[in-house]
Amino acid sequence: MAIFVTENTKVIVQGMTGSEGTKHTKRMLKAGTKIVAGVTPGKGGQSVDMDGVLIPVFNSVKEAITATGANASVVFVPPKFAKAAVLDAIDALMPLVVVITEGIPVHDVAAFYAYSVSKGTTQILGPNCPGIISPGKTNLGIIPADITGAGKIGLVSKSGTLTYQMMFELRDFGFTSAVGIGGDPIIGTTHIDCLRAFQDDPETKAIVMIGEIGGDAEERAAQFIKEYVTKPVVGYVAGFTAPEGKTMGHAGAIVSGSSGTAAAKKEALEAVGVAVGKTPSETANLMRKILNG
Amino acid sequence: MDLFEYQARDLFQSHQIPVLAGAVATTADEAEAAASKIGGKVVIKAQVKVGGRGKAGGVKLADNAADAKEKAKAILGMDIKGHIVNKVMIAQAAPIESEYYLAILLDRANRNFLVMASVAGGMEIEEVAHKTPEKLARVGIDPNIGIDKAKALEIVKGGQFPADVLDQVAEVLIKLWQAFVKEDATLMEINPLVKTKDGKIIALDGKVTLDDNAGFRHPDHEQLVDHAATNPLEALAKEKDLNYVKLDGQVGIIGNGAGLVMSTLDVVAYAGEKHGVKPANFLDIGGGASAEVMANGLSIILGDADVRSVFVNVFGGITACDAVANGIVQALAMLGDKATKPIVVRLDGNNVELGRKILNEANHPLIQQLDTMDGAAAKAAQLAAI
Repeated sequence: MAIFVTENTKVIVQGMTGSEGTKHTKRMLKAGTKIVAGVTPGKGGQSVDMDGVLIPVFNSVKEAITATGANASVVFVPPKFAKAAVLDAIDALMPLVVVITEGIPVHDVAAFYAYSVSKGTTQILGPNCPGIISPGKTNLGIIPADITGAGKIGLVSKSGTLTYQMMFELRDFGFTSAVGIGGDPIIGTTHIDCLRAFQDDPETKAIVMIGEIGGDAEERAAQFIKEYVTKPVVGYVAGFTAPEGKTMGHAGAIVSGSSGTAAAKKEALEAVGVAVGKTPSETANLMRKILNG
Repeated sequence: MDLFEYQARDLFQSHQIPVLAGAVATTADEAEAAASKIGGKVVIKAQVKVGGRGKAGGVKLADNAADAKEKAKAILGMDIKGHIVNKVMIAQAAPIESEYYLAILLDRANRNFLVMASVAGGMEIEEVAHKTPEKLARVGIDPNIGIDKAKALEIVKGGQFPADVLDQVAEVLIKLWQAFVKEDATLMEINPLVKTKDGKIIALDGKVTLDDNAGFRHPDHEQLVDHAATNPLEALAKEKDLNYVKLDGQVGIIGNGAGLVMSTLDVVAYAGEKHGVKPANFLDIGGGASAEVMANGLSIILGDADVRSVFVNVFGGITACDAVANGIVQALAMLGDKATKPIVVRLDGNNVELGRKILNEANHPLIQQLDTMDGAAAKAAQLAAI
């Protein structure tokens, strides 16, 4: 099993005709993702050749769903138009919307997140995230599919490259699913949502959780682990050396006063029995020890 | 981006939030002229983006324009918690009867916006929340609904504002919400919001943070950037569209992806403990980095006089390691004799074999390759030690 997406997930790509959209649609197809359509307003009716596979383009998500039965969307639409694209998907009752786009104004994210909650029919992953891969089954987003294969670890991370690094470190074990939830101040799917799904997934034997400075999502995840998760969890937190008040790359990665520090997050995780590594490699070794018994 | 108080004041004014007459000055003479124009008693306020300036002596009352000049002279150049005062604001003095608090901010935990309103203003709101929580209203706002008159009144009543100002404060709150949305702010705080002796409600001091991601909607925000305070290397990096933060250590860092770079800083900091060295910067060349981007990044880092060694840490996801390797080789060719610092490179992921081969064949005396992130961090820290 994998969480959120499987080999049967039918995927549309919003913004498929753009350069990023096209590049990653080809990569996803190569990884085995069932991509059934693209959506670009105003470009409906044509088909795009993606390395030999013809993918039809629709004007709206609703049209794409009606024609193909798609049940997940990956969004590569530029920041300016991202809000409209996500609202279109929510209005079409798309069950899962993975927003890869980086740099969306937080007011736009707040608006589409609140709208998704009020409708209650769409799960949003991201924005500013690498997406989700269930190795050997499907890949929605930009996580490289060739780092490692299917296995028994579940991974949830705020960071894209740390996701890749950790998959690489633990490539001998493989993953059920690896989820990049994104580094923006407001995100749809949280650490907690992923921890719950991994706990409920019988094939996931252990979980790696990667956090970074900013907000208190890791602290809340720690509380959730204490209450709900019985599988072993190892953690890693990036940003111990980040100075106060400076945004470190991700819009949400900022230490404000004494809150959002890496030290506080590590402490909260350790307090509920999560082993936290000092470096990605050390974190991988903690996981290795658990899986090797 | 955090604004100065005088910028917040101007922004408030442009959204019809009541403020007092005020002007900004960079010299004592300008301060005198501004005070004379405003007339009467004025307050001279240091413009620094840090709290506690009052206690540090950065706010002074002046009786007239001549006095304003003297007071401005004393405040300009002051060091307040490491922030040098380059500007002062000259504000009309007001007879204050009461001080209140009003703010709207992004609430990450609840993934919406939060209004905080309190009859107890003029102090740190954390203190109010701690000591007299009953005097603080905290109300979440649905971004798709916003704040209408009824909502504003409900919030203001919750903050225990007295009956005679309820309507006025509610009006200010509605205007503040409109400004918050219109300007793509993540924080707009009025502290204190005051009632003057003649019963008027005025925003006396404000803090505003604007969302950098929304810059494309606000070309006018560009003029609010404090170029004087921007580190020259940070400014150069921004011109090249690189995500760079200057830090105070000796090991220059380049990586791809915000999380991996943050992690690289930490790993270098651990490794540097025994050598007494720390990371010199944060530099994320991003996903899909090209040779050109790598070359730009490397030349910025090698231009930092504090840097004694460089650690290039790349996990090729979308980024191909051969492009990164070519970028390093090109940057070094471009810099020629100007490149004098050792560069430790760790490549993994997409096209790693090719990337490593390119660096091996370049056989540059400054470049060393290591296989692991931890090992490479240790090497870079060691090379930066004196």
